[in-house]
Order: sequence, then structure tokens, then C-alpha cells
Amino acid sequence: MNQVAEAPDIHQAIKETVGSPFAEKPKMSTRNVDVFYGDKQAIFDVGLDIGNHEVIALIGPSGCGKSTYLRCLNRMNDTIPGCSVTGEFRLDEDDIYAKGMDPVLLRARVGMVFQKPNPFPKSIYDNVAYGPKLHGLAGNRAELDEIVVSSLQKAGLYEEVKDRLNVSGTGLSGGQQQRLCIARTIAVSPEVILMDEPASALDPIATATIEELIDELRQNYTIVIVTHSMQQAARVSQRTAYFHLGKLVEVGDTNQIFTNPQHQLTENYITGRFG
Amino acid sequence: MSNKMSHNINNTEQVRRSLKKRHRQEKRFILLGKLSVMTGFLFLVFLLADISIKAWPAFQQSWIQLDVSFDPQKLGVEAPADEDALKKGNYRGVLKQSLYTMFPDVSTRRDKKALFKLISSGAEYQIRDTLLAVPEKLGTTQQMWVLADDDVDSFLKEPKMRELPQDDRRIKDNQVAWLDQLREQGRIESKWNWAFLTSGDSREPEQAGIAGALRGTMLTILVVLAMSFPLGLAAAVYLEEFAPQNRWTDLIEINVNNLAAVPSIVFGLLGLAVFISFFGVPRSAPLVGGMVLTLMTLPTIIIASRASLKSVPPSIRDAALALGASKVQTVFQHVVPLAMPGILTGTIIGMAQALGETAPLLMIGMVAFIVDIPQGITDSATVLPVQIYLWADSPERAFMAKTSAAIIVLLLFLVTMNLLAVVLRKRFERKW
Repeated sequence: MNQVAEAPDIHQAIKETVGSPFAEKPKMSTRNVDVFYGDKQAIFDVGLDIGNHEVIALIGPSGCGKSTYLRCLNRMNDTIPGCSVTGEFRLDEDDIYAKGMDPVLLRARVGMVFQKPNPFPKSIYDNVAYGPKLHGLAGNRAELDEIVVSSLQKAGLYEEVKDRLNVSGTGLSGGQQQRLCIARTIAVSPEVILMDEPASALDPIATATIEELIDELRQNYTIVIVTHSMQQAARVSQRTAYFHLGKLVEVGDTNQIFTNPQHQLTENYITGRFG
Repeated sequence: MSNKMSHNINNTEQVRRSLKKRHRQEKRFILLGKLSVMTGFLFLVFLLADISIKAWPAFQQSWIQLDVSFDPQKLGVEAPADEDALKKGNYRGVLKQSLYTMFPDVSTRRDKKALFKLISSGAEYQIRDTLLAVPEKLGTTQQMWVLADDDVDSFLKEPKMRELPQDDRRIKDNQVAWLDQLREQGRIESKWNWAFLTSGDSREPEQAGIAGALRGTMLTILVVLAMSFPLGLAAAVYLEEFAPQNRWTDLIEINVNNLAAVPSIVFGLLGLAVFISFFGVPRSAPLVGGMVLTLMTLPTIIIASRASLKSVPPSIRDAALALGASKVQTVFQHVVPLAMPGILTGTIIGMAQALGETAPLLMIGMVAFIVDIPQGITDSATVLPVQIYLWADSPERAFMAKTSAAIIVLLLFLVTMNLLAVVLRKRFERKW
């Protein structure tokens, strides 16, 4: 209720993003991002850089546009009818929305893990091998085996499933399924991994495992994670961006955001006034 | 707050009172449901029992044993004879001769005619084929079983007929006496009627079989399957996954849905005008029948396939797309395989519908009387439902049993197809 009543004032209040949205030598950079679903604008003029080998957390109340923004980064919004995206998106130096950019290539470089674990109803092996096969990353069966095993190892799942790689991926527990999805994503060796609330459907123990995994993956990948849990953002990320009603309110080092937020809205959110 | 609490106590009382009524409603509904299921079940049992009882005589056939003497003189051939000469022999004369020898008292022309009517008119071809198979039998006398006429067959199967006045039955008193005599000599026997399953249609009920219609049905169904499954699947996949959302797509969608409700005879007229008159496809053939039934089946398959494609969770599409699969790869490697059980079920339901269709086939000439068993999809043929329709229309009493027997064969065909659907479904089904 509060949010709706406040809405016009808030649009006044968020004139400019507070903090440090831009980075030097970013992995991905976005400027002047507007997203519309039909006539409804979901994101207003967002500009944000994603640094190399960092975990950046996108937080904010429901419907604030953080997932929408995330899906812009690998053009998953293309599949939604009526969704239009404008602005400037770069991955290294490449324009993501350029005419010449093939979404297939982009998605091989920018992988994604979804909120609900969504393994294919195939064997664990086939789940992980699907991406490499698709892009022809393995020359022969032995190489493919190696990719599958190393991906499962990196996702911390190999020890649990090594004896049953031919069992259906859908038969695993929720946490294992999500790690299988992560293994599937890293099997393609992406540069960036997008995670859309990857632990929201999991119990606390599985969540802890996933969080540890994210921390390890940072060595090799750049990770953008959308989360509802502020503790999670604090635990896994180096930078945090706070979205509100489609606007990027504040970006900063995670420590600073949670201990000393600059913007009133950020403070209200992290202290639990709404959300 | 306290006000609310007191309300709650009252509410409990209120709920309790309404509970009785609700439970009563529930019981009434369950009873009603059970009753309707029972009614349907009873009708089914009645139908099956009725058809089975009526069909039974068609699977039994009366045979009469004759001493057939292959007398070269009577046959009008010279021993030793070649095949052509044997084919032209007067076998009817031989049959008559053997009957007259058995009943020497029969002398008038009229009685002789009545006597000869005891055996099937196909008997002469039967003994001809025996001789053609073993030409050495020429000049010998053989004990042979020949088919009884359908009137005799019906008379023998229904003991009550004997009590009717002579004018009300097709077998007259003198014929009854001859039959009794034959039976005493052990020359009448009832045998399992294999011919019903192995021979084509005939004007003579005792020779008529289902094989032609069965083969015609199989060929037609194969044509329907080969045409409607790929077409229906492609249309459904395109409409569901690739078609842009615009007025044209909506128009096509509305039309597909409406086509499913078009009376089937209209499709027959369309087939006649387009396939036969314009494209010159041979009429009365399984090919054109299959094409017409394909038109009729397509909407069913498309609608069922689209529903099945729609029910594949979007998360699977997301997963494949996010890994860098193209749209076509996503659809054909993930969505279609997952939708396959539903698509197959829809296809088989559509085929079963086509299997039972008569009206459109009447329009394209598949209602013709066809004796030969079709060998290919361009031969003239008929199908089971049309055969049933034809037999049901025939005046001979024995065709009544044939009709029921053909219905049983059709039902068995349907049950087999449905079982196939269940098996395929189980095979392709995946758990989430």
C-alpha cells in the first residue's frame, strides 16, 4: 500500500543513481536502459557496469525490474512478446543488441541459471553435455566426458552423482538440481553467469552450498545475481545494486550498502521497512 | 477484537449447521456420478453381449458332404486334360449328378432345382479348384465337403424355423426331409468359418468375408497416418511456436477449430471435387479415401498437438535458449519430444475417428461392391464401416450375423489402436 501511495514522490526522489555504478574496464556495461512491456515501462534509464570477476548482487522489492534487467543481459527478453529494450549494452567491446550479434553466440558467452531448477528430463550426463554438443565444443566422446566431469566437479556435484550419471536429472533433490543447472551452464564455458534468485526455491543447507559455490566460481567467471535475500547478497557479492520501481537507486560496495547506505530508499529497504 | 471473537463462536455454530447440508450435497453428487457410470457400463455390456450373440452364427458355417465323381465325360473334358480344359469343365453338372445319385427319388424338374439349391452356388468353383490343384483326381470319385447355401445354413442354425408354416420359410418341406436324411448319414457338419476372415465380399452370404474390407481399412489408415501426422505436427508446431501473433494467425486458428466441427460428408464432397475430379486420383481407392479422411483428421491432430505443446513448461524452453540453443533446436530437441505423448494420443484419437467414418467415403465411391482384396493403395477397396453398412442393407438373413461379426472386427481394430496409444504414451512419457 505504502509503495503505491508514495509512487509519484519516489519517481521524483530517484533522479540519479547514487554511489558508483560505473567501473573501470568493466566486463559488461549498460547505459540508458529502458525496457517496456507493451505500453508499460518496466525499467527507467538504468546505467550500470559489471566488473571483471566480480559478483554483483541486484536487490530490491518485488516488481522493481531487477529480473527484467538481468534478462536483458543475455537477450532472454527477446522471447517475451511485446517486450522492447532500448539503451546501450556492451559485453567487452561488443554491442549485445547490434544487428550482427547472434543471440545464440551471446548466450554461449553469457550463461543463465534460473529461479526454479529446470534440468532437462534427461540423464545427468546429457544435461551437462547438451551445451557442449550444441556448440561443438568437444571433438570426441573422451573430450565430452572430460567436460561433463569437470563441469560437475566445478559445480560441486560430481562426488554425489558420479555413480549415476545416467539417472534422470529430474530425480535429484532441489539443491542438486540447481547445481546440475549450474554445471550445465559452466559446461559451455561462459564469461558471465546470470543467476535469477538461484536459491529461492531451496532449503537453507542447499542454499549454503550454492552460496559457497558462487564464491568459488568467482575465480573464473563474472556473476550477476538477483536475490531477495539481503543476507545472501551480503554474503556472496562484492558490489550491490539496489533497484526500486524500475530505477537504479544506489550502487556501491556491498559492505558500504549494508552498513552505510547513501539513499533513504536503500536504507528503508535494508532495514526492513518494506520489501 | 473481543467483538470479533464472539463472532467467531457464532461462526462455528453456523458452519456446523451448514456442514450437514454440504455433506448431503456431496453424497448426492457421488451417488449421481456412480449411477451415470453404471448406466453407461450397462449399455456397453448390453451392446457387446447383443452383438456377440448375433455375430456367433457368422463364425460357424454348415457344410454338406458329397460324393463327387470327376467323370471326364460328364465334365466334358478328355483325359488327360490340360489346365485350360479343366477350367472350362461342367462342374455344375458334376455336382447335380452327385446330388441326384444320392437322392434317386427326386425326379421332377422342380424338385431337382430345389435339391440343387441346398448347396452354395460357389460349390462348383470349390470343386473345380480342388481338381485344378490335383489333376490326377480326374476320373475318380471323391468325398468332399462343400458349402451349404445360406438359407440352409440359417435354417440349420435356428431350430425354431422348423415349426413355422412352410410358406413362411425359405426352406420347404421337401428340402427339410432331404436335409434330415443328409444329417442322419453324417453328411452335414458345422465348421469354424475361416473364410469369413480370409475372403472378400460376395453376393452369397455363405461366401462373404471381411478380408477385403479389413485390408482396405488398414491401407486407408496407413495413408491417413502417413499424411496427417507429419502435416498436423508441422502445422501445430508452426502455429504454436513460430507463428507471429497477428490477425492472420488468429484467422487460421479460428478456422482450424471450426473445421473440427464440419460434418464429415462435406469433406467427402470436397474430396470428390478436388482429388478425383480435378487431380484425377483413382476413385474408390484407399489413397483417395485416406486423403479425404486426412482432411477430416487434421484439425483434431492440430488441436491436440497444440494443447500438448502448450503444456510443456516454459522453464524447459528457457533452459535450452539460455544455453545457446536456437529456436528450432529448442523446439525440436526439447519441446516436441516432451509433447510427444500428447501428440500421439491426439493422432490416434483422430485415426480412430477416421476409422469409423462412413459418410465421406460414400462420396468418393468406396461404397462399391468389391470382391477382390485390394493389394495396393490405388486398388478399388472398401473399408469396415462401409462394409457393415452394405451388409446391414442386404436382405439375406445370413448377412445379419455377418454385420454383427464385422462390427466385432471393427471394434477389435479400435481396441488394438487404443492399446497402441496407451503403450506409446507410456513409452514416451517422462516424469518431471
